[in-house]
Amino acid sequence: MGFPHESHQRETAVLSQHFGVAEARTLDGWKKRGGYQALEKALAMAPADIVTVIKDSGLRGRGGAGFPTGMKWSFMKPGDGKPHYLCCNADESEPGTFKDRELMRWTPHALVEGCAIGAYAIGAETAYVYIRGEFTEPLYFMEQAVKEAYAAGIIGKNAMGTGKRIDVHVHKGAGAYICGEETALMNSLEGRRGNPRIKPPFPAVSGLFGMPTTINNVETLIAAAPILMKGADWYKKMSLSNPKSTGTKLYSVCGNVQRPGTYEVVMGFPFREFLYDLCGGPVSGRKFKAVIPGGVSVPIQSMEEAEASLMDYEGFVEQGSMLGSGGVIVIDDAQSMVRVIARIARFFAHESCAQCTQCREGTAWATKILERIRDGQGAMEDLDTLMDISENMTGKTICVLSDSCATPIVSGIKKFRSEFESLIQGRMFHPVLAAVA
Amino acid sequence: MINLTIEGRPISVAEGTTILEAAKQVGVLIPHYCYHPGLPVAGVCRMCLVEVEKAPKLAPSCATTVAEGQVVHVHSEKSLDARKGVLEMLLINHPLDCPICDQSGECELQDYTFQEGREDSRYREPKRFNPVEDFGGDVVYVPNRCILCTRCVRFMDDVAEDPVLNVSERGDRALIGKFEGKDLTHAWAANVIDLCPVGALLSKDFLNKARAWELDRAASVCPNCTQGCNVIMETRENQLVRMRPRANEFVNAFFMCDWGRLNYRWMNEKDRVDQPMLRQEGALVVAEWEDAIAAAARLLKGKRAFVVASPMLSNESLFLLTQIMQGGSGTFRVMEGDEAPLPGVEDLALRRERAANVYGAEALGFKKSRDPLAGLGKGDVLIIAGEDLDGIDAAAMRGAGETIVIGSVMPHGVEGPAVVLPIANFSEEEGTVTNLRGRVQRFTQARQAPGLSRPSWLVLGDLLGAIGKQSSFFLPSQVFDQLAATNNKFAGLSYDTLGFKGLPIAGEPNKQKTAIAVGAA
Repeated sequence: MGFPHESHQRETAVLSQHFGVAEARTLDGWKKRGGYQALEKALAMAPADIVTVIKDSGLRGRGGAGFPTGMKWSFMKPGDGKPHYLCCNADESEPGTFKDRELMRWTPHALVEGCAIGAYAIGAETAYVYIRGEFTEPLYFMEQAVKEAYAAGIIGKNAMGTGKRIDVHVHKGAGAYICGEETALMNSLEGRRGNPRIKPPFPAVSGLFGMPTTINNVETLIAAAPILMKGADWYKKMSLSNPKSTGTKLYSVCGNVQRPGTYEVVMGFPFREFLYDLCGGPVSGRKFKAVIPGGVSVPIQSMEEAEASLMDYEGFVEQGSMLGSGGVIVIDDAQSMVRVIARIARFFAHESCAQCTQCREGTAWATKILERIRDGQGAMEDLDTLMDISENMTGKTICVLSDSCATPIVSGIKKFRSEFESLIQGRMFHPVLAAVA
Repeated sequence: MINLTIEGRPISVAEGTTILEAAKQVGVLIPHYCYHPGLPVAGVCRMCLVEVEKAPKLAPSCATTVAEGQVVHVHSEKSLDARKGVLEMLLINHPLDCPICDQSGECELQDYTFQEGREDSRYREPKRFNPVEDFGGDVVYVPNRCILCTRCVRFMDDVAEDPVLNVSERGDRALIGKFEGKDLTHAWAANVIDLCPVGALLSKDFLNKARAWELDRAASVCPNCTQGCNVIMETRENQLVRMRPRANEFVNAFFMCDWGRLNYRWMNEKDRVDQPMLRQEGALVVAEWEDAIAAAARLLKGKRAFVVASPMLSNESLFLLTQIMQGGSGTFRVMEGDEAPLPGVEDLALRRERAANVYGAEALGFKKSRDPLAGLGKGDVLIIAGEDLDGIDAAAMRGAGETIVIGSVMPHGVEGPAVVLPIANFSEEEGTVTNLRGRVQRFTQARQAPGLSRPSWLVLGDLLGAIGKQSSFFLPSQVFDQLAATNNKFAGLSYDTLGFKGLPIAGEPNKQKTAIAVGAA
């Protein structure tokens, strides 16, 4: 649903169908809309059967990496004698991404239900929802929902009267981007500094408190309920292109478009039509110049690439980028790509946890060079230096924050080199002239 | 066992070994900063990246365990490029103030930059600046030189178990911080200075005292308590200026306590007895060594000797004293203080008894006493060996016959000694000491003794010869061989078998400390 706008007819609102309906936030309102039926059904099933259904549905992680959810759940070995944990990653901090925020604001019970289903499926009695510190409104509604669900006996010692224990705890982060990295999130939950951990061991072996842990994105967990209710086949059929990408995906669109908002479309939807039709195209008198389709960590697309993309995991990769978190940032011809990229780099420099050398120093160094070019003090060799720093920042660190900083720099310089060169050669970027050129 | 190839060298190592440790075994040093064998693995400096064939990415060798059939390239173009990149990044905010940095000459940032780094920097921006901070204890922090390897943080958290340090801030603003109201006052905190691979954590005691390349170094043992931590004694112009731990997995792992480390000035003391002397007409006059030894031997003839020895003396000298005693008796006293353990290492502490060779003295028959003069018989020849008698009532000496002083300083309260034989102190001679677990360890000479002082084993050996016992020692190892031949506790030991990590005397276990590293934090 193109919230806050009216839903577009070409959208497929599965997870977002109750956006804007305040009543859906309450337990009664949620139940009226079929809520907690999936949990009831799940608790009557064997955990392994739930995992099979999710596997068959083809659901993949919606946080950015796109790892098959059913397979992730199957890594949790039942009967290993250890407590298992489910973490819900609600630390949605990727710039340009705000789909989980809307999911939690409007349908908090959907996440409680999703967490309960997920926890039961992986043999966990405890689920933690780690919510981004700045998300005060989603936090409020999530806390309300959890309280209501406990009071109604839906979760707790005796979840829905089945004798099974499922606890859901809401935890507020302190405002660090890096705590959205799964192992940093676990450190943060444990009360430590939010530094990513070296892998292996992977969370399924040693995660939260050193115990087997599964960590899923908000949208992924919420998608489990409709899959259980309507079946794996129903979900699998929602695919317009590659059978490896199934279901619907939420996109949060921002930037220079007519109708920014949160949209839900079926996997494989043509990106061109999404941008021009659903999102309304560029504001009057301007032209699209570039798109970042999945949050600032993914490569920047030129318009040729964007318009040729199909919106799924494989489709964006074919066109030089990634689906990522679904945070679509649209950039039009009135913007300077150098400014955009310098701002992105500054974000990563600010958020680097400071463990790995290349990230701690590289993100800040790249930012300084980019801002110098932006301010008209650049030199041609700076571009080579930037490319080389980016190379050193890629694939060499504990987590991918460093890579994420390098990605827009490399794709930006490759695809929009002339803008960098103009600034370096003393030709200031002029939005009006750029628009008519 | 796992078989792999590192830099073309085949090797077989135990499962679970890291690539970095395996490489050491085939003589390949993989450059690294954050890794330290005595600390949990952090994997953050990214300096130890190596290329493993068939792996998609470079592997941090400190955090990657070996796998069967692995082929590892440490100096391939790809890994060299990665490390060159890390070195450049480590230096962009570094002040490059080597000319005024204490670490210069023993700095891993210098070493690896010279070895593998770029000749120039491409950094054109202003550098980060943070002011110097006093961390308490002996430690001062220079944040501008810090590479955030976090060795110090991990030492305090996991080995000292006194979490004082942290990483504050994020990104390139990050620096090592101290928790509010806390200081590096832990008894072992100064180890962070040695652990620091660069000049960020410095010793206040050693600050601006010497350049690393001016120092002479000697393998020794800390004389300041019965633990017997292995140390390196460092001298400049014959003055001891620093003691640092020397790794020994049987005794002290990689560490030494602050008290032992900083308590070295007594070995530089100036108020020394540095010439042999004889009493003539009631006054001490300078004499030839031969005359002084002969005079001492004459005094001992037919008399019962009573020896007050220092537990700082070596096994060799204490053994020779027992030979000279001729059925007399020997005593010693020990200074005491509070015990201070290092929790992260098994059986390692600053011990209550503050002398190196208490165990050895007792093993050789000397009696420990708070009042070492108590058994002195009327008419006994009193030999005061290495003991300064500070704080002891001199009245007890009145009943003695003649007194022979064998020492580095004139003992308190001794009236009219007949002979004074000047000897080298602990830092000036070679020998062995036995620690509280019965481990016999060698120490070597770090400085030259002043004046005509001679090593204690040489003086005592000559005296032994002069009283008519067969004795011709030219080396302390020969004294030790004699000790090993006559005392079955020392049987089978020799300087060659002791090496520089020592061996326990008969009946004591030769036990390596349990692994210190507690895994990735």
